[in-house]
Amino acid sequence: MENEIKLASGAMVALGVATAALVVMPYLQVRDVPAPARLQPYTDAQLRGRQVYIANGCVYCHSQQPRDRSLGPDLERGWGRASVPGDYVHDKPHLLGSMRTGPDLLNIGARQPSKDWHLGHLYQPRAYVKESIMPSYPFLFSVKDEAEAQREGEQPLKLPPGYGPAVGRVVVPTPEALDLVKYLQALDRTYPVLPAPAKP
Amino acid sequence: MDSAVLSLLAAFLLSIIGLFAFIWSLRKGLLVENPAAASVIFARGEVGRVDDPALHAEDHRSLQRAAAGADGPVADPSDLQARVLADRSSALPVFMFVAFACFWLLLGSVAGLTSSIKLHAPDWLVEQGWLTFGRIRTVHLTAVLYGWITNAALGLILWLLPRLLRTELRGAAWTLLGGALVNTGIAAGIGAISAGWSDGMEYLEIPWQIGLFMAAGLAMIILPVLFTLVNRRAEHLYVSVWYCVAGLLWVTLLFVVAKMPGVHTGVQQATTNWWYGHNVLGLWFTPVSVGAIYYFLPKIIGRPVRSYNLSILGFWTLAFFYGQVGGHHLIGGPVPGWLVTLSIVQSLMMVIPVIAFTINMGGTLQGRMHLARWSPTLRFMMFGGLVYLASSLQGSMEALRSVNAVTHFTHYTVGHAHLGAYGFVSMVLFGAIYFMLPRVLNWEWPYPRLITLHFWLAAAGISIYFVALTVGGWLQGLAMLDPARAFIESVTVTLPYLKWRSVGGSLMVASHLVFVGHFLAMALRFGPVRTGAALFAPARDLELSYGK
Repeated sequence: MENEIKLASGAMVALGVATAALVVMPYLQVRDVPAPARLQPYTDAQLRGRQVYIANGCVYCHSQQPRDRSLGPDLERGWGRASVPGDYVHDKPHLLGSMRTGPDLLNIGARQPSKDWHLGHLYQPRAYVKESIMPSYPFLFSVKDEAEAQREGEQPLKLPPGYGPAVGRVVVPTPEALDLVKYLQALDRTYPVLPAPAKP
Repeated sequence: MDSAVLSLLAAFLLSIIGLFAFIWSLRKGLLVENPAAASVIFARGEVGRVDDPALHAEDHRSLQRAAAGADGPVADPSDLQARVLADRSSALPVFMFVAFACFWLLLGSVAGLTSSIKLHAPDWLVEQGWLTFGRIRTVHLTAVLYGWITNAALGLILWLLPRLLRTELRGAAWTLLGGALVNTGIAAGIGAISAGWSDGMEYLEIPWQIGLFMAAGLAMIILPVLFTLVNRRAEHLYVSVWYCVAGLLWVTLLFVVAKMPGVHTGVQQATTNWWYGHNVLGLWFTPVSVGAIYYFLPKIIGRPVRSYNLSILGFWTLAFFYGQVGGHHLIGGPVPGWLVTLSIVQSLMMVIPVIAFTINMGGTLQGRMHLARWSPTLRFMMFGGLVYLASSLQGSMEALRSVNAVTHFTHYTVGHAHLGAYGFVSMVLFGAIYFMLPRVLNWEWPYPRLITLHFWLAAAGISIYFVALTVGGWLQGLAMLDPARAFIESVTVTLPYLKWRSVGGSLMVASHLVFVGHFLAMALRFGPVRTGAALFAPARDLELSYGK
């Protein structure tokens, strides 16, 4: 080979084909996908919580894409039906994920609606799942005197026995933790995406 | 026919057209073997002469004797003089990129070891946000991908091109400025990720506002490279030039398209994400590393590459197939089915360039493989080349739906990624740095035994790492697929393997301490007195050292 023009143009054509297939065509195919009727846009608090989810890299251990039954027992595990492009119209950026070091979270809000559970689990996952390897997030909480928390009108965490701080002290969530839990509770795509079959 | 089938057909048609374009260019005069082009890397009369600057004079003579049984031919002095000038023109930028690369390698691998330990010690270092797994893991990825590999690759390109084009590097000052901008971007990106400011997509975490610096920096490196290219004095463009220049153009466009704010949306963003994620390896790390092997391996053993045409076949098939494989990361995901199928097909087509490369290197090395006993650079290159074969074949298999059903979402994928990025790419870059730096600094490596130590620590580390995660990931996948077993079993089954991964990772970090320490010793001129002066050496000293 002796021609730099051939080099540059050939390289660009090759990349162009790949870009057309993996970027442009999907764009044309899914940009006008309508939101399913029962999918709510995120509230401000949920969006802030989503940022906390992104900032702390939850996506590196938790996928948000239950798969079809032919590919795995996602449905049996309670993770929900296989997701469709419409489920993600409000997701910027997408958080599909590529690892399941922990379970899929696309429907965690439906599976585990309890705020107390989520807060306590973020503070110390092993208080709820003994063998969990999820990191604890003490930096999303603060430990205070019980009286002080009461004076400030804050709700302390209800932790399982043995996992709380010393007597007279309580754990209170920061606004980030509260937002994050609001986002997790909002993860609920259990609505149907296909119309019900006509009755015979 | 529905749109999915139509688009699949169109993609196939395009691939076929690409192949025909390639056949056409063969018919235009490339059908005959081209020994002249294959010998561009040698000075006139230099074929048969071994070359490994990482060796001291006496070891170098043993290498020559082991290769040809004689003192070797004498190269044309005017060609050597041109090479000296080429090396001098690129010395400062290359040194800067290698120094940055060493810094990020150390930081990135310590961050990597930290995140590895955190996976089996989840309550370790949890009080600070920046140390949480999700951030320190991303710091690791950013530091090694952009900081270590990209800097080392840029240094390699800037060093190789003037040599291969037989000219001086034009606009070296611009590459210095570009490098400063790129590394400002990397440092700012790592700071942002630690502070919790991230764009949230794998491989693309660096916020786009910071990405602007990196894109501008890359542009400032591309322009001098292209200017050097059009001012070349060599008649043939050696295949390494193809790989390096194309890789540089590709990565810049990839980065700009993928980071464009406000364009990508919903699941299309996911396909773009993996188009980018896989192409960083496929169209940047791989071509540069393959290009490096195509230069260093024949150069060290003093024998031109066996088949120049095979190397060009490898280049074009890599260019056409590799770009489209990213969709295999979304098998089973909520994306168009035709896209996933296309990516699986192209993943398997990747066997062609890999086999072409392997046959070519095997043929070139035939009868001289024992030289790896003498030459440390050759050892790194051979290790990297073999792992390239292994990891590419593994990747093609992994894209098959039946295999992917088990390995998707598990540590198996992480093991595969490290085999490619470390066992292949990083090992090749280590070898290249050992070869380049004595020419850049005009100073020999002060303690050659440290090179051997580095090699064995790194090779043992990545082997333990890879085997542990491959076995552990596979068991994890099987546990996850079995509805009768609780999810937590897929976590507990991996624990012993995650600990072994930390053992392998520790060996790798130790090897980097050896490597960077040796680099510092060389840059600061420790050790016995060697060939002569430093970076800005008088030309006369350089000539003497080249003619040794």
